[in-house]
Amino acid sequence: MRIRIIGLMLLAFSQTVWSAAKIENWQTPQGSRVYYVHTEGLPMVDIQVAFDAGSARDDYQFGLASLTSSLLDTGAGQWNADDIAQRFESVGASFGTGISRDMAWVSLRTLTDKPLFDKALDTAQAILAKPSFNQADFDREKNRTLAGLKQEEESPGELAGIAFFNTLYGDHPYAHPTDGTIVTVSGFSVDDLRNFYRKYYVASNAIVVIVGDLSKQQAEQTAEKLLKDLPVGQKPAPIPDVPALQKSSQQHIEFPSAQTHVLVGLPGSFRKDPDYFSLYVGNHILGGGGLVSKLFDEVREKRGLAYGASSSFAPLAKPGPFIVSLQTRNDQTTQALQVVHQTLNDYINNGPTEAELTAAKQNITGGFAMRFDTNKELVSYVAMIGFYDMPLDYLDKFQQNVEQVTVASIKDAFKRRVKPELLQTVTVGQAAGKSGK
Amino acid sequence: MKKRFLGGLLLCLPVLSVSAESKVAEHILGNGLKVLVKEDHRSPVVVSQVWYKVGSSYEPGGITGLSHMLEHMMFKGTDKHPAGEFSRIIAENGGDENAFTGSDYTAYFQTMAASKLPVSFELEADRMRGLHLIADELKKEREVVTEERRMRTDDNPQAKLNEHFMALAYSNSPYKNPIIGWPADIANYSVEDLQAWYQRWYAPNNATLVVVGDVQPKAVFELAEKYFGQLKPSEIKPIKPQTEVEQLGVRKMTIKLPAKLPYLVLGYKVPSLTNVEQEWEAYALEVLAGVLDGGGSARLSSRLVRGKQLAVSAGAGYNLTSRLPTLFELEATPAEGKTVWELESALKNEISELQTDLISPEELQRIKAQVLASAVYERDSNFYQAMQLGTLETVGLGWKKVDEYVDKVNKVTAQQVRDVARKYLLDDHLSVAYLEPQPIKDGKTAPAALPTNGPQR
Repeated sequence: MRIRIIGLMLLAFSQTVWSAAKIENWQTPQGSRVYYVHTEGLPMVDIQVAFDAGSARDDYQFGLASLTSSLLDTGAGQWNADDIAQRFESVGASFGTGISRDMAWVSLRTLTDKPLFDKALDTAQAILAKPSFNQADFDREKNRTLAGLKQEEESPGELAGIAFFNTLYGDHPYAHPTDGTIVTVSGFSVDDLRNFYRKYYVASNAIVVIVGDLSKQQAEQTAEKLLKDLPVGQKPAPIPDVPALQKSSQQHIEFPSAQTHVLVGLPGSFRKDPDYFSLYVGNHILGGGGLVSKLFDEVREKRGLAYGASSSFAPLAKPGPFIVSLQTRNDQTTQALQVVHQTLNDYINNGPTEAELTAAKQNITGGFAMRFDTNKELVSYVAMIGFYDMPLDYLDKFQQNVEQVTVASIKDAFKRRVKPELLQTVTVGQAAGKSGK
Repeated sequence: MKKRFLGGLLLCLPVLSVSAESKVAEHILGNGLKVLVKEDHRSPVVVSQVWYKVGSSYEPGGITGLSHMLEHMMFKGTDKHPAGEFSRIIAENGGDENAFTGSDYTAYFQTMAASKLPVSFELEADRMRGLHLIADELKKEREVVTEERRMRTDDNPQAKLNEHFMALAYSNSPYKNPIIGWPADIANYSVEDLQAWYQRWYAPNNATLVVVGDVQPKAVFELAEKYFGQLKPSEIKPIKPQTEVEQLGVRKMTIKLPAKLPYLVLGYKVPSLTNVEQEWEAYALEVLAGVLDGGGSARLSSRLVRGKQLAVSAGAGYNLTSRLPTLFELEATPAEGKTVWELESALKNEISELQTDLISPEELQRIKAQVLASAVYERDSNFYQAMQLGTLETVGLGWKKVDEYVDKVNKVTAQQVRDVARKYLLDDHLSVAYLEPQPIKDGKTAPAALPTNGPQR
């Protein structure tokens, strides 16, 4: 057990405070923040080390953060890629690296039995502190990345996403695709990766998250060991603010697909946004509620226009996108867009009804425990809390924050934050008049 | 629909006792509904899944995809609850829900606070026998499914290749048809087709109810009795076997589609655990898949992606638990400047080597370590545990196979892996499909695809 859920599942309007997960927090000698949750019942642990080293740190070398991250486990200390994979897999551990716009991370899932755990941890430590960045590995991984970028060009969905971010963010570091572009990645040298690594993979820019069946003392030793060979370094300056949009826009990319992919949105909410809960609950009603939402109902249930129709806020350090998305047969694009705009405008003008708000709160708070009923989900929540320096009682207060949202606060937040005159629209598919294959 | 039990096993470690401790309680109601319950008290939640023994492999020609269409219609109202109400009630009770259709099953699930289990049972019991099919709802939902097909298959070159590949590899096995159905079949379902399909397969004696979470088996059985106990069973007539005829030589096809990268799939006809002559052969094929593709240290990654750099990605897969004989599949995307032919030959060399040489003790140990660790990791997820029980029960293997898995994989020897490679991975039983990319026309896409804000290096 567990994620320590104390008390009963609450009925909808209860304000009882209960502890969702006991997050302990301290700093390593080099100044990295550590976040630890003890869970019992399974002899396993999930560990994440996260750096402020996502694609927003690429500068103009789009894709540098991503390729640096991909190279990490291809050679470290005295080990090559085969050795590293063999060391993890021979003890049943799984290791991964990845990036988002804000964050770069390495993750390790391993059994806690000591010899197995030690072997996995030693390997992860070498990867963090002594990655080799060999020329041969670099050449190969670069080619694989380029192949992946090329493949994105056969997917209307990928193309739409790339164009959408570009439109929303202009010159801001969130604008470019996280994996970069063929032009930029082709220009990298292995030294570019080494420099990126040296600058950003440093202790003062790292957090460690540990969720699993380790004692506090073991967790302390683990965190210290993982980062002990990293220089202290410096935390990078904050990412610049997202420039305000001046007007709405509509961009169409012609593509020989059967469906048109439609994205509508603008820069939305950020992690410490005071409007966050109003926007989050409001969006749940609009298009975030899975099989129950206004967009799903209008686009799919009433009209059969699409398989998926949804909206979301994806908060980042700076405002991440608010996105409405759907895919529909090419000749229905105009109709689907009308439905989206109509639904969105109605919602911004009128907000939800009391009944809709009540139902949304019941869904969110009633399903709260399911958000982190696995170590895997819990570790990503704790990493978010740690990385964005959110209050440690974020999960404890989550339901209370949801309950405090009102129809008026949703209307007010949407009016100020989702302005129809600033919405950006991207469509990728065959323009009307041409039928699907 | 590749299902991968990640492989692996360490010998005699303390974790073994932990992974063996999981218990499943079984109870069969008077009307034939089998109820399986697994306790997991780490969190006050529960997942409830209803599995029906019907899927695309049950469908005759002309109505392919009907099981999937019916899955969609199951959200469109019963005599008691109108369309949309099922989802609304689940949502208001804090639940999350959906459904999925495979070749061998159709399943519906809710995850809820454990105290809300009766809400899920009441609604699932209602739609097990009380579905109300309406022509107007079918008309709209057919469009939704058509959009789903466009999204999943028609606009995805590799998915489309896979669809054609299955139709090539199988002569008469129903696995030749896509789960979502052929377009002409989707366009022509009638309410009567759906009604007949529903009547034929949706009955308590053709279903398994799987519940995993913070519950007590006895209480769940009582609850199941209360809600499902009154439902009438049906006479379920067995389906025709449609046993695949023997393949008499290699089959090859080229698929030309607008795409950027070539791609290659190979599939050998092999038995699954459900229909294999001797059980160990299926587990040996499972280990063989792990030798080729059980992580970064496995042969395809180590040799073809890194060593020879012939591929940018390569994989192997085997569905141990399919209801009918299946394919052992290999797939790969060539590296820049390499061809699908070079890659095909490299993949076949890997197969020849497995037929000639024994795999190393380190490889075998690695796979067993992974299987053992996975047995622990899987228990982090109620949903995954329920999936395993539901799948095994529905394909006819019985849920107890879950508990045998680690042990059976652990018993596989290097000789057995070579034996199954020799016996089953035969050229005459091989099918191959190549994706030959065609230019993407209307290609004003390139500039927009490569944002150029800011200077370039």
